Amino acid sequence: MLTESRLDPRLASHSQVVAAGEPWVYDLRAGQTLRIVDLEGNQAVDTLFFNAHDPAERYSAVDTIRGQGALYLTTGTRLISNAGRLMAEIVADTCGRHDTLGGACAAESNQVRYALEKRFMHSCRDNFLLAAARDGRFSKRDIGHNINFFMNVPVTPEGELSFEDGISAGGKYVELRAVMDLIVLVSNCPQLNNPCNAYNPTPVQMLVWDA
Amino acid sequence: MPEPNADTVAHRETLRGGESWSFRLQRGFALRLTDLEGGANVALLAFNAAEPLERYNMPDTLKAQHTFRLTRGHCLYSDMGHSLLSIIDDSLGWHDTVCGVADAQAVAAKYGVGRYQELRNDFHRNGYDRFLIELSKHGLGKRDLVANVNFFSKVTADGEGKIRFVPGHSGPGAHVDLRADMNVLLVLHTCPHPLDPSPDYAPKSVELTVWRCGLPAADDLCRGSRPENARGLENTRRCFCQQDWLATHADA
Repeated sequence: MLTESRLDPRLASHSQVVAAGEPWVYDLRAGQTLRIVDLEGNQAVDTLFFNAHDPAERYSAVDTIRGQGALYLTTGTRLISNAGRLMAEIVADTCGRHDTLGGACAAESNQVRYALEKRFMHSCRDNFLLAAARDGRFSKRDIGHNINFFMNVPVTPEGELSFEDGISAGGKYVELRAVMDLIVLVSNCPQLNNPCNAYNPTPVQMLVWDA
Repeated sequence: MPEPNADTVAHRETLRGGESWSFRLQRGFALRLTDLEGGANVALLAFNAAEPLERYNMPDTLKAQHTFRLTRGHCLYSDMGHSLLSIIDDSLGWHDTVCGVADAQAVAAKYGVGRYQELRNDFHRNGYDRFLIELSKHGLGKRDLVANVNFFSKVTADGEGKIRFVPGHSGPGAHVDLRADMNVLLVLHTCPHPLDPSPDYAPKSVELTVWRCGLPAADDLCRGSRPENARGLENTRRCFCQQDWLATHADA
C-alpha cells in the first residue's frame, strides 16, 4: 500500500548515505523511525533486525509472513521476531512491495545460481559476516532470512518464483518504526548477476527520526 | 531410480503425531517419509552433521530453483551452496517451506488448553517447542531454528501474495524420498502445520524408512533438473573429494 510520510528530513537526527556494496549497522531505539531512500532506483537493501538486548531474538521471515497471511511487505506489515514478538512496523512506503523470500546473495549461492567461477564476486553475506565480526554482538549463527527492501520477487499461484525488474525508482522510500530497541544490519546489495539492482548497484540514504 | 526394498532398507519405524525425531543421515542414504493416515505434516530442519553452522536455507533453495513449492527434482540447499538433501521421489508435487511452525501460544489459541496434567501423552505438543527440544539434544537451540520445510502441506499464494493452506492435500500412503548428498543431521517433528484450519488437535503419524539409495549418478534426476543443481551437486561432491579418492585408491 502506497503511503507517504509526514516526517521532515530536515528534522532527522541522523542522515547517512550508504554506498553500493557496503554494510551498515545502526542501533535504532524503540520509538525511533528509520527511512531507507532508494536514491537512484531499483536498489535492493538486504536488511536484518536483532533485539539489541538479546541478539538471539531476530527478525523472522516465516513468522512475519504467517502473521500477516501474505508474502510481500508494505505499509502496515508488522515485522515479527523468532520469538513471536513485534519488532517494528512499516509505517510508510512509496514503493509498494518488498521481498522477504529471496534472502541475501552469497559467494556460494552465486556459484550455484550462475557459475562455479563466480565465487570471487562481492556479496551481501560477506557484508553481513564482516559487520558481525566487527560488531561482536552477533555472528553467522544469528543470520536468518532477511528483508530485501525495494526488491520484486513475485510468486505465481502455480508455485513459481522469479526475480523481476524492480518496481522501485529514484527517490522512493520505506519507513519503519522500531517497537523494541533494535540493531539494524544492512547490506546495500552488490549483486551484478540478476536484475535485483538493475545490474547497477547504487547508494541509498538512511534517515532516523527520534520519537 | 533405486527403491526402498528388502535389499536397501536399513531401518523402518513409525513416528506418532506430535512427536519429534533426529537422525544423522549418511551421504548416499535416503529417508522416505510416508503419510500413514492422510493429513500429516512433517516439519524438518537439516544441518551439515560435521558443522551445524551450515544449515538448510529456505531463500537459497527457492531462488536457486526459481520455485516456491518443493517437489521431486529439487535440492534442499544449505547457506554454503551445498545440496544437503535431494528430493528423489515425491507422490504429492508440493511441500511448503515458508510458514514455519506454531508455538505454544498459537496452539493454545487454536485448540484450547491441552495440558499433560489432563491428557497425559496426548497433550498438545507444539512445533516450536518440539524443535527446541530436539535441537537441544545436539547442542543447538533457538539461534539454529531457521525456516523449515513442512512436508505434506501445501500453501499457495495469489497475485497479491495472500497465502492459503490447501486442506486435504496429502492422503494415506503419500510419500517423499530425501537423499542425503552430504552427512546430514535431520531434526523433524510431526506437529500440525501452523495454518491447518482443522479445529481439532489431531496430529498424524508418519512412517520413517532409512534406505540405501547411492550417490547421484551422471544422469541423476536432481542433477539434470536444472543447471543450478548440477553445480550445487558438484560443489557438494568437492566436500568429499578426499574420501572418494581414498575409496578408489585402496592401496594408497
